[in-house]
Amino acid sequence: MKIDRRSFISLGVGVVAGTTLTPVPWKLMDDISIWTQNWPWTPVPKEGADTYKTSVCTLCPGGCGIQVRKIMDRAVKIDGLPEHPINRGTLCPLGLSGLQFLYGPSRVKAPMKRVGKRGEGKWQEISWDEAVSAVTKKLKELREKEKPHSVAWVAGTDKGTVPRLIGRFLTAYGSPNFIRPPSVHDAYELAVYLMQGQEGAVGFDIENADHVLSFGTGLLQGWGAPVRMLNIYGEQHDSRKIVQIETRLSDTAAKADQWVPINPGTEGALALGIAHVMIKESLYDQSFINQSVFGFEDWTDDHGTRHIGFKTLVREDYSPETVAEKTGVPKATIEKLARRFARADKPIAISGRGEGLLPGSLSECMAVHSLNALVGNINKPGGVSVTSEPEYAKWPEVNIDMTASRGMQQPRVDGAGGSKYPNARYLLHRLPEVINSAKGESPVQALFVSDANPLYTLPNTKATKAAFDRIPFLVSFSSFMDETASHSDYILPNHVFLERYEDVPTPSASVQPIIGLAKPVVRPVYNTRHVGDVVLQVAKSLGSFVEKAFPWKDYQGYLKSALKDYWDQLEEKGFVKVKNAKDFPWANRFNTATGKFEFYPSARNQPSKNDKKALPNFSPVPIEGKPEQYPLVLMPYDAMRLTSGDVGNPPFMTKTIDDTVLKGQTVFVEINPATARKIGASEGERATVATPRGRAKVRLHLFEGIAPGVIAMPKGFGHTAYSKYLAGKGVNFNDLIGPISDPLSGLNTAWGIRAKIDRA
Amino acid sequence: MKEEHGDKHTKRYGMVIDLDKCTGCGACMVACYAENNVPFKKDETDKLDSLNWIRIFQLTNGKPYPDTEICYLPMPCQHCDGIGKHGHPPCVSVCPAIATDYDDSTGVVSQIPTRCFGCRYCMAACPYHARKFNWWDPVWPADTKKYLNPNVSTRMRGVVEKCTLCFHRYQQARDKAYLEGREEIYESEYQPACAQACPTNAITFGDLNNPDHAVFKLKNSPRAFRLLERLHTNPKVYYLSSKTWVRRAGDNYLENESRPKSNRQKIHS
Repeated sequence: MKIDRRSFISLGVGVVAGTTLTPVPWKLMDDISIWTQNWPWTPVPKEGADTYKTSVCTLCPGGCGIQVRKIMDRAVKIDGLPEHPINRGTLCPLGLSGLQFLYGPSRVKAPMKRVGKRGEGKWQEISWDEAVSAVTKKLKELREKEKPHSVAWVAGTDKGTVPRLIGRFLTAYGSPNFIRPPSVHDAYELAVYLMQGQEGAVGFDIENADHVLSFGTGLLQGWGAPVRMLNIYGEQHDSRKIVQIETRLSDTAAKADQWVPINPGTEGALALGIAHVMIKESLYDQSFINQSVFGFEDWTDDHGTRHIGFKTLVREDYSPETVAEKTGVPKATIEKLARRFARADKPIAISGRGEGLLPGSLSECMAVHSLNALVGNINKPGGVSVTSEPEYAKWPEVNIDMTASRGMQQPRVDGAGGSKYPNARYLLHRLPEVINSAKGESPVQALFVSDANPLYTLPNTKATKAAFDRIPFLVSFSSFMDETASHSDYILPNHVFLERYEDVPTPSASVQPIIGLAKPVVRPVYNTRHVGDVVLQVAKSLGSFVEKAFPWKDYQGYLKSALKDYWDQLEEKGFVKVKNAKDFPWANRFNTATGKFEFYPSARNQPSKNDKKALPNFSPVPIEGKPEQYPLVLMPYDAMRLTSGDVGNPPFMTKTIDDTVLKGQTVFVEINPATARKIGASEGERATVATPRGRAKVRLHLFEGIAPGVIAMPKGFGHTAYSKYLAGKGVNFNDLIGPISDPLSGLNTAWGIRAKIDRA
Repeated sequence: MKEEHGDKHTKRYGMVIDLDKCTGCGACMVACYAENNVPFKKDETDKLDSLNWIRIFQLTNGKPYPDTEICYLPMPCQHCDGIGKHGHPPCVSVCPAIATDYDDSTGVVSQIPTRCFGCRYCMAACPYHARKFNWWDPVWPADTKKYLNPNVSTRMRGVVEKCTLCFHRYQQARDKAYLEGREEIYESEYQPACAQACPTNAITFGDLNNPDHAVFKLKNSPRAFRLLERLHTNPKVYYLSSKTWVRRAGDNYLENESRPKSNRQKIHS
């Protein structure tokens, strides 16, 4: 048959009409969709007996009580424990995501040994015996070389039995280098030590306070025990006022009764301006100032030298006019702030920025704490007090050998407690600089990291990485494949908090002493081991004096012996409120040379010749970068939906993040519309942020709540490790900033850096 | 059945969310994901295909620095009663598969994923964007399947899902009450996951018809308002705010239109 044009067209039309009208393709498509929907991709969770187990969350220093719902041997939900005094049945998004840490995709499932290059991601699974003997071998070798002090251990906290066990191990071994990551409490503790002579954690009795004057503290963004703070806020007592002094309209500022915008970095000046008004108008607590303080009035020392007091300093240098000019806060506002603060019944002033992972400036902390002294609200209910940790961990003294003794006498590798920074206890941020500037071999020959992730959390990531590359032996105890773990030589994975015993000491910034006990809620999911047990095993294999320092069979035995009387109650309820009178902070007395609260700290090791420098004063922290080259100021901000510390953000929390904070893999930088107009930028535009330390690709979010000339970026993105649910999203703020050591304390004070925006 | 609405024995479960207390921490969202087997993907920043039964929105008064104010607004399904409280929420009226229905005994607008065939008519009808479509089959990586809640079915690709006010918790509470020989369940026995988790107690949940429940009083507060009230959807989710601009943001007003006419005008803020 000849196919002409006519028959070709009619054939074509016939085919089209035929396939359209026949039910076959439609039936097939329908079948395929039904069939594929029946593929067993969506799991049907198994039913079973329903039980609840109580424990304590250790994902942050808040120590909330939790109850874990279990179906047979599976943990299916974490809820708050109603009777726990910190969280009273509620919980934060991080605690609620807890099971994603237990069952999630970033866990290290067995001890591992690196086989490729560092950070290449090539691992070999090894047995626990091999892991322990590899660590022991290295430690033995360093001791034989008489270099036990070249070992350092970075632990997430210095409170509780696990850090004490590690500290005890280091002492017996011969290393003074127990280091914990920095926190805002370093500055508080130091300020309080200098001014009150008391050592210990600082507690803020906000429950009983009626006026909280916060100098940029992220009270509702994860500071202290986050759920405690949110609980207090939710009570909404009309009598309690929160005043937030901050450059950016943060969540805390948005919820405060009053938001006082301020020029970045001038918080200390405002505190002293407020002090000026209080003194000038005689609004301070006369009886406290007259009887219990030193250095308020001018005074003469034993040599007959005149010294000026706090009163004179503040009256001369910090008049509201001067302060208004520095801070950008109007004179009338400063006066109002002072009067309201002074007239409140139980006012508290708090310093420290954001969530509190940055120590901040010591002089700023002292300036703010002076306000607490002016209202005499120290070591009182509803005030600021020094709390002592409940003393439950008392063990026999450690006997050490000559090698250990010589090692212990060496200066700490981070310089804390040395001649330059005599008052600091830990200066982790200095470690990279110390290692990178060392000639010859690295002063740290072996580094152990537990419950910390310094390769992510330390400022100037590049320098930190270079320093870590110079350390020949790097061991991580992380349960997760975090940045530090993925860059180490061995990973000896710890149980996650739902699989292990661990005591949880008094929640951060809280006044009431509470001991919590995290308990194994489920059996370990993978081949992991408690870090405490690993320490004991390593000590045993090292033998002699080190072994003798640890008369316990395992960590649980050690913990039980430490908690003694509390154990049964902790096992049953999960927490104990310590009701020992001496633990209540208001029984404490000032322990300074004068026995008083000292505006002029006489205990400071190197007394300054200049009185104005010795008293609480405003010495602005310089930030990096030249204004001509970098016209803007870049600041980080903390948010409740994004963790910025050693714990990586879980997928659930990343899911809650707004599309004006993260879009795709790119993070937004907040910029005031007026600033954006100047550079011609619009909402959502892609750009590059450059600082003296680095560059990053970002998008711009126009936000009226950020001061003109300032840009802000969330902390907690830019991970390179963990799983695909976190890695590669946004930028790590630490890539863009370097540390700035406080000349007084050595603590890192870098709150921001100069920056510019290049439009893409 | 419909006449029962005025009957005091009929329950009308609902929520009062105090925006003055909400700090936008996100605990309600995460509690909901964990309770209701809501899955997660690598990228959740496209909010059109991100599954959320409750989502927190950020409102702003739009004023320049430093007079700017922001307010967080958590938004679950509003569980509308419909015009005249006849149990005809916008979504129920349009569903061709009876996959979503109005429960006359509790006022809960249900969603039955196995009945849904994914036409998404309900999503078009819902003025609150409270409904989400499963564009993908859910994936639970590593061992995360282990934490799935057996009381809530996992959903497959091609169906619509939304907040159920944790109806499975109501069923459990009702069973418990029945076993104990009680007719009524206590207020504290049935609380959705979001209300239970909220660290500032901004979310109060209970029977809006029951004078003994906290929500009964709160919903009559001069601070109370509902979203898009002029549509007469009659939501059972109430919001409280002491700020006029926030209450005004609850509906679409023309620039020069007078303030919402109701008792809310009485307070200043």
